[in-house]
Amino acid sequence: MLEQKEIIGEVKVIVFRLKDEEYGVDVNQVKSIEKLEHITRVPRTPAFVKGVINLRGVVTPIIDLRNRFSLEETAYTESTRIIIVAVGELEVGLIVDAANDVIDIPVNAIEPPPEVVGGVEAAYLRGVAKLEKRLLILLNLDKVLSNEEIKQLDSFEG
Amino acid sequence: MDMNQYLDMFIEESKEHLQAINANLLVLENDPESTQIVNEIFRSAHTLKGMSATMGFEDMASLTHEAENVLDLIRNDKLKINSDIMDVIFQSVDLIEGMVMNIMEGGDGSADVSQPVAKLRAIVSGDFSAIANVAAQEATASVEQVAAGGSEDGNREYDLDEFSLTVLKQSKEAGNNLFWIKVTLQENCLLKAARAYMVFDQLESMGEVIKSTPAVEDLENERFDLSFEVVFVTMEPLEKVKKAISNISEIEEVLVEPVEMKEAGKQAKQAEQQVAAAAAAPAEVKKAEGPAQNNTAVKKVTAGGKTIRVDIERLDVLMNLFSELVIDRGRLEQLARELGKSELQETVEHMSRISGDLQNIILTMRMVPVEQVFNRFPRMIRDLAKDLNKKVNLEIYGAETELDRTVIDEIGDPLVHLLRNSLDHGVESPAQRKQAGKPEEGTIQLRAFHSGNHVFIEVKDDGAGINKDKVLKKAIERGIVNPANADSLSDRQIFELLFSSGFSTAEVISDISGRGVGLDVVKTKIESLGGNVSVDSVRGQGTTFLIQLPLTLSIISAMLVQVQNEKYAVPLSSIIETAVFRKDQIMMAHRQKVIDFRGRVVPLVSLQEIFQIPDNGADKDDEVAVVIVRKGEKMAGLVVDSFIGQQEIVLKSLGKYLVNVFAISGATILGDGQVALIIDCNALIK
Repeated sequence: MLEQKEIIGEVKVIVFRLKDEEYGVDVNQVKSIEKLEHITRVPRTPAFVKGVINLRGVVTPIIDLRNRFSLEETAYTESTRIIIVAVGELEVGLIVDAANDVIDIPVNAIEPPPEVVGGVEAAYLRGVAKLEKRLLILLNLDKVLSNEEIKQLDSFEG
Repeated sequence: MDMNQYLDMFIEESKEHLQAINANLLVLENDPESTQIVNEIFRSAHTLKGMSATMGFEDMASLTHEAENVLDLIRNDKLKINSDIMDVIFQSVDLIEGMVMNIMEGGDGSADVSQPVAKLRAIVSGDFSAIANVAAQEATASVEQVAAGGSEDGNREYDLDEFSLTVLKQSKEAGNNLFWIKVTLQENCLLKAARAYMVFDQLESMGEVIKSTPAVEDLENERFDLSFEVVFVTMEPLEKVKKAISNISEIEEVLVEPVEMKEAGKQAKQAEQQVAAAAAAPAEVKKAEGPAQNNTAVKKVTAGGKTIRVDIERLDVLMNLFSELVIDRGRLEQLARELGKSELQETVEHMSRISGDLQNIILTMRMVPVEQVFNRFPRMIRDLAKDLNKKVNLEIYGAETELDRTVIDEIGDPLVHLLRNSLDHGVESPAQRKQAGKPEEGTIQLRAFHSGNHVFIEVKDDGAGINKDKVLKKAIERGIVNPANADSLSDRQIFELLFSSGFSTAEVISDISGRGVGLDVVKTKIESLGGNVSVDSVRGQGTTFLIQLPLTLSIISAMLVQVQNEKYAVPLSSIIETAVFRKDQIMMAHRQKVIDFRGRVVPLVSLQEIFQIPDNGADKDDEVAVVIVRKGEKMAGLVVDSFIGQQEIVLKSLGKYLVNVFAISGATILGDGQVALIIDCNALIK
């Protein structure tokens, strides 16, 4: 199965929505998709860190992606989801407006990111995939989850 | 044979044996006449040698071999112990310890052993008679013969035999008969293995089979020709043994000869047998090795009481699973209360009780006596005292006190540091002590004891005590203390200065404790374990360091508090008490809100401000709820909205993404499934 995919050259991504854009993250990096539940605020952390949740016994930090990408924040709705992603040793939940699709993208449909897409800095992007009528922004999770900013915050406080 | 699977066992057992040797050597030093102790040491050394040779650590094997020779002379009263010999043996043990550490870290355990080996040899040849020397040489020669005789395993085979030899010698001393028996089966014998089994069965009813050639396993699998040989220890006379075996059918011939206990002769004979065996069936000898080793290992485990070794990781998994259960227990308790159905409540209560018992058992399972850490100290103190030309007696109390395994693993280094400190800075030289009218020999007491949910470890010396003026002077020099405040410091505060970073009072930086790392490292380490350390001292009478440690690191008691809509947990260990004050009792000092708490001025810390907790708009009372917490001698009052209650909580980390969050030491999951943050009171008290 897997090898076949390799030959055709496809990546499977989870599609989610932020504002009016559609984004994709590699399915291998996604552990689960959760409904919004009670988030415990963690004081004195950057604004995009919404807090922590109890994810089946594991305390998991939650990031609001709108805030992370400097998009305006809106109230959470029924369709709001938390995508739990794992990159290396980090396991973090991302709040998105909706998550509703899993699709295969042919590798040759992925183009390098343009300078600015929907206001999101290019550093956070891996590329843009053009699919028939959709435009899918692929995230570079390593960059999104970089906790440089959190560490920097410490040094200010310390 | 793949050795990796045995490596762990090898390391564990080596450590145990080294520990035993060290402990026994110390006993021996005080009681040089005790042959029993020498025997103990000899046995440990012997096992070590056998294990290391089997695992292919040649340097270790050769060193233990030489040490063993010396010990052998001692226990046979052919050599008198003196302190030079002790030192050489101690050195060798250290070297072996180094090798084991090296192996543990993935090394090959090689080291230059030529010097200690030469020393040990010198001891053997210097004090031992010429005859014995020849005997020893012969023995070595025969070993070489074996090695030449066929396989690499010659060495190990020889080891095993020397082990048997020891046993044999011991049984001989105990008045047993030793026989060498050769059994030959009839040529037309069909079930050779069964016959061999019957022979062994007979033999074992009368005594003990020390060794068989080929090995028992091979005999069982019929991997032998028609005859096999055994070395046998029994109380029965020769004739009876012979008759018993002859009575078994299909036996062609039974040869029984008493084994001579002449050292050289016997070894030569054994060697001969080995050569024969090795030449006849080298492959078989090789195979025999593993099982034989295993047998001894199994025997030892069963002999040591009904215990099993469990991987600490499994215990960790068990602990984690149980933590989940504790969370669910909290949730069930809450549900039962809400529903108010008595049957449900009873069941939940019962379950709570059982899980409480379970919690105790799981926690105690992870407990190990501090002895594990303590028992390496006598040796260390002995060596240090020698280096420093001081006379010190280390007294250990409460070594049976138990602590969580994780704490045990971490507590060693800080204790070493404190002990070195006591020996170096605390206890005076014999001359000084005499002058002060104290006995020449100083005493360091190492004491462990339980108290409440904590374990205390005390390091107490009867030395000179802390020189306050010197400490203060140093602290001012180093800029740790402002000279203006110096006079107002209490004794205790001055002592506390010892723990500040960049502080070392030793005038001469010595090799012992003045290595540039000070007591601040000790303090940091212990605080990272959730404990704390304090010091008390009386000039001229001595100094006491007291370490307080939590019993366990994973489940703690905490007070849950509510601030606006948020819940926080405050560890009970840092709470002094909770109190409610009227608003008008709050005073201002230096723009800081304070209260008068039992005659002390305690600063108030508003959790709402510190944690920027959003206001929920609820009406404010005239009263404030305050949790009085402490950090050492200092106190602070945390202002909260209400107390929820006391609860056992399971410590969870915030994960790798959120690091170093201010004043939060972790999180826990409450009965309703929500996460509550645990407040790190130390960060809130300046």
